[in-house]
Amino acid sequence: MQHTREEHGLPRFALAMAKQTLGALRDLAPIFAVVIFFQIVVLRQPFPDLANVIVGLVCVVLGLALFVQGLESGLFPLGEALAQGMARKGSAVALLALAFCLGFGATVAEPALIAVAAEGAEVASQAQFIGDSQDAQDRYALEVRLVVAAAVGIAIVLGVLRILKGWPIHRFIIGGYVLVMVMTLFAPEEIVGVAYDSGGVTTSTITVPLITALGVGLASTIRGRSPMLDGFGLIAFASLTPMIGVLGYGMVV
Amino acid sequence: MLDFLANVGETLLSTLRDVTPIVVILVVFQVAVLRQRLPNIRGIATGSVMVLLGLALFLIGLEQALFPVGETMAQQLTEKAGAGAGALADAVRWQDYWVVYLFAAAIGFATTVAEPALIAVALKAKEVSGGAVSAWGLRIAVAVGVAIGVSLGCFRIVTGTPLPWYIVAAYVIVIVQTYFSSRTIIPLAYDSGGVTTSTVTVPVVAALGLGLAANVPGRSPLIDGFGLIAFASVFPIISVLGYAIVADRVGRWRTRNERQEVEP
Repeated sequence: MQHTREEHGLPRFALAMAKQTLGALRDLAPIFAVVIFFQIVVLRQPFPDLANVIVGLVCVVLGLALFVQGLESGLFPLGEALAQGMARKGSAVALLALAFCLGFGATVAEPALIAVAAEGAEVASQAQFIGDSQDAQDRYALEVRLVVAAAVGIAIVLGVLRILKGWPIHRFIIGGYVLVMVMTLFAPEEIVGVAYDSGGVTTSTITVPLITALGVGLASTIRGRSPMLDGFGLIAFASLTPMIGVLGYGMVV
Repeated sequence: MLDFLANVGETLLSTLRDVTPIVVILVVFQVAVLRQRLPNIRGIATGSVMVLLGLALFLIGLEQALFPVGETMAQQLTEKAGAGAGALADAVRWQDYWVVYLFAAAIGFATTVAEPALIAVALKAKEVSGGAVSAWGLRIAVAVGVAIGVSLGCFRIVTGTPLPWYIVAAYVIVIVQTYFSSRTIIPLAYDSGGVTTSTVTVPVVAALGLGLAANVPGRSPLIDGFGLIAFASVFPIISVLGYAIVADRVGRWRTRNERQEVEP
């Protein structure tokens, strides 16, 4: 079906985009509904700056449509091609090196993480946990970011190793949870909130599809691994180890 | 208009900056380690540009439309609830904040359904499972989890109870659920915790937490404002595992009934 239509590239693209735009509208409908409902029924106020809001909404819908359309022709094949190439090459060291670089590189510049680390530094300095000079705060925020990025790098390495060996995931995750619980008891109170939140903020919108495609691609290339059973789980590792890393950092500093 | 264009350029640039390290790593490994060309490089390149443009446009739109509205709403709602409770300044009654819990659940659900990273994982899960996992079903289950999580997180901020109690309790639930779940859903369920908190959800939810902590008497935004993201990352695991367990049990119960009907 797709091959017969190959020569009509542009109309096909337009059709696909129209479909994605409809999908995006459906995806965004709940947000519109919630905002309108609370603004009009609960707060009983008109929208501030309605023209801006409408321009913004059009951007959101088109952007989401483009993103999802590009996902299937760009990010997914890229991640899978890389995973299959690496698996065929058969060098575990190179694969694990890629895993670490990908985890570290994707996280260290993540805007959400930068924001959380900066807020965390402010908390720590108010609690007299570190000095209250700007210098001390900046250093603390940078160190938290590096710890989180290294933790995500290690997470992807562990996760890829798990796919290679076919280990069941729940032992790692439950073990990790128990470790987090125990460390919570001993870590300074000021860092617990930051540590817990740092688990959630590390996985960004570009990294998630790429890493998911990498895991699924690996699991479907290596014989004896099921993509469903072994391919998923990399993101889970990446949201668990930063908590352990930051809690550990809080205990050492 | 000029402002808008400047905003577009700036967002595009910052998206590009976020993506650059990843692209460099991928290219280095492809060229230096694999020493081969990517298959269908044109398709991948156009697709990647679309992802980049789409994400930038999406972020610009969010900043223009959703974030200001979401943030003012979070602030006004918490202020309103706070004013109603203001009569007794030091006794915070958690019941007075029911509008906030409702808003938290609604906005948690709605932002999660729109989260691009979750859309990506749901698509992949549908493809890999051969359609056994429905993309919409997964996204709704995750969104319900986030709704409950954020709502409970707001309750925690209002009451000022310690964060670890809730998170540890949630972990214990996840561990128990894991033993009752089918093996195939577990990795996906664990993953769904991490993917929910991204581009759309984090800014809105963080604004809600900070607004609430600033307006509830006796809470400090710096200490109590944290933690909502942690709630939003644990509860989807519980809801996805829960949904899978129930669906599994119902399926088994149905087949057993059908068999009993056939046998006699």
